Amino acid sequence: MWRFALNRLLQAVPVLIIVISATFMLVHSAPGGPFSADKAVPPEVIKALEAQYNLDQPLWKQYISYLGDVVQGDFGPSFKYSGRTVNELIAAGIPATAELALYAMMVALIIGVSAGVAAAMRPNTMRDYVPMSAAMLGICMPSFLLGPLLVLIFGIYLEWLPVSGWGDMPGDKIMPSITLGTGYAAYIARLSRGSMLEVLSQDYIRTARAKGLSEPVIIFKHAMRGGLIPVVAFLGPAFAGLLGGSFVVETIFQIPGLGRFYVQAAFNRDYTMILGMTIFFAALIILFNLLSDMLAIWLDPKLRQQARGNN
Amino acid sequence: MDQISLQQQEQGTSLWKDAWIKLSKNYLALFGLGILALLCVISILTPWIAPYGYEEQNLMLGATAPSLEHWLGTDIFGRDMLTRIMYGGRVSLTVGFIATAVALIIGVLWGAIAGFVGGRVDAVMMRIVDIMYALPFMIFIVLLMVVFGRNILLLFLAIGAVEWLTMARIVRSQVMSLRKQEFVEAAHSLGLSQWTIIRRHIIPNTLGPVIVYTTLTIPSVMLLEAFLSFLGLGIQPPQSSWGLLINYGVETMEEYPWLLIFPGITLSLTLFALNFLGDGLRDALDPRTSKD
Repeated sequence: MWRFALNRLLQAVPVLIIVISATFMLVHSAPGGPFSADKAVPPEVIKALEAQYNLDQPLWKQYISYLGDVVQGDFGPSFKYSGRTVNELIAAGIPATAELALYAMMVALIIGVSAGVAAAMRPNTMRDYVPMSAAMLGICMPSFLLGPLLVLIFGIYLEWLPVSGWGDMPGDKIMPSITLGTGYAAYIARLSRGSMLEVLSQDYIRTARAKGLSEPVIIFKHAMRGGLIPVVAFLGPAFAGLLGGSFVVETIFQIPGLGRFYVQAAFNRDYTMILGMTIFFAALIILFNLLSDMLAIWLDPKLRQQARGNN
Repeated sequence: MDQISLQQQEQGTSLWKDAWIKLSKNYLALFGLGILALLCVISILTPWIAPYGYEEQNLMLGATAPSLEHWLGTDIFGRDMLTRIMYGGRVSLTVGFIATAVALIIGVLWGAIAGFVGGRVDAVMMRIVDIMYALPFMIFIVLLMVVFGRNILLLFLAIGAVEWLTMARIVRSQVMSLRKQEFVEAAHSLGLSQWTIIRRHIIPNTLGPVIVYTTLTIPSVMLLEAFLSFLGLGIQPPQSSWGLLINYGVETMEEYPWLLIFPGITLSLTLFALNFLGDGLRDALDPRTSKD
């Protein structure tokens, strides 16, 4: 297990170097310098700015020094917010995004797993069709549509919940969490239904039934352990999706988190910020993929043996 | 398996006929196919059948609720919403189809070569796919759009470049299992050239999963485009797409909710249709896999 983790972490190093190099090259091949928008600025000021941000050096020197800084965990100063570093801005955005992602994940898991398991227990009945049709609806209703519709209904017409903000008013965390979580709930429902159906047809479940175990014990103790492994394996990729989804949800609900910062940085052409955040996101996604794979291995003895055999 | 393939050689279209019979019993999939066909026809004919001109403004009129003259209402510039949704659909569907085609071409070629050549080439090619899977692509597309400007052609390429990975994996595993089948061995021993074997035996047998996955890629591509346009990083005005219309709709939804609701319904309905069709095709073409 630990060897597997170490192995995967070592594999992540070249991936991260590729990410850093690719984003660095991309950002530096952008037509027009980062300061070209400010037309009235005299050339000597631009020179001074370029010196401040190391832009007067040859590209390979900039690259080497950036790589060195990143290895030490330093993403450099922000282009647009003078006096603030990218690290500070990322740190400022983490709490809101982490909380939002956590709540959304809870929404997704609770609704998704219970709907999927309920559907799998009575396949091809109303208890299967209704939640699965709802899941299809959830998949076809993107967050940038669901969010505004929820705001329109519960925020503006019914006035039950605040329309924006994060932690300013009671209940303002409900709609963003539901908006972000619904799509994943739908996906998890389909995933857990499929794998639970497969598990429930296995011999060991029939043995458990023959032994006279009660239905809840069979479902919760025996079937779910195997049936939810695909869901656990999905959590890593889902996390990557949640980051992307947070772009939209944080913009709609004006939440001061990473996603909104990233979109703002994209609009402001804040190059160091985009560079830093891309690398940070990539590292996070690799880490979460690793964690969800480890969790799946821990749950599944078959995978455990494979991991041992390979490493 | 080789039995079935032999029969298929003899009777030509039996597999496809069988799939069609299964599909035609699946009403949801047929509904999806119908909606999709209707949307395509409307999109192609839009310049002739749209009730108003694309640029036609009526500032005196302003935003109005749906009426007999304007079935889906008008936006704040007095532009007919039905017309705008029709033109937006042209862009959304084009992005969906072209980006999927890009993904299809790269993915099939990549997967087929890796699977057919095998050995070290396969290991390297699939390692590249694994690495790319780990990359945060959504973020890369945003980055591309920022760096190179919001170019629609680049959008096609960028989205296509993201979506080919799964296609490559599917095709590779299919080709790998086909390569070891006896009928391919028989073709080899008959002295058929590599290319003939690929063309006559490998490609037709991988078509099923490829078609299914292609149908399921189109909605995810359209979603990605709408997502980017919603953030203001995709399609740029004066062009319009459903994502962009939803973006505008959100800005004024408090006063004019229909500007959000109609493009929203159109997008959701299209995604619905495509997903149902994809699910139906999967059931029809590959009876082994379950519904999800």
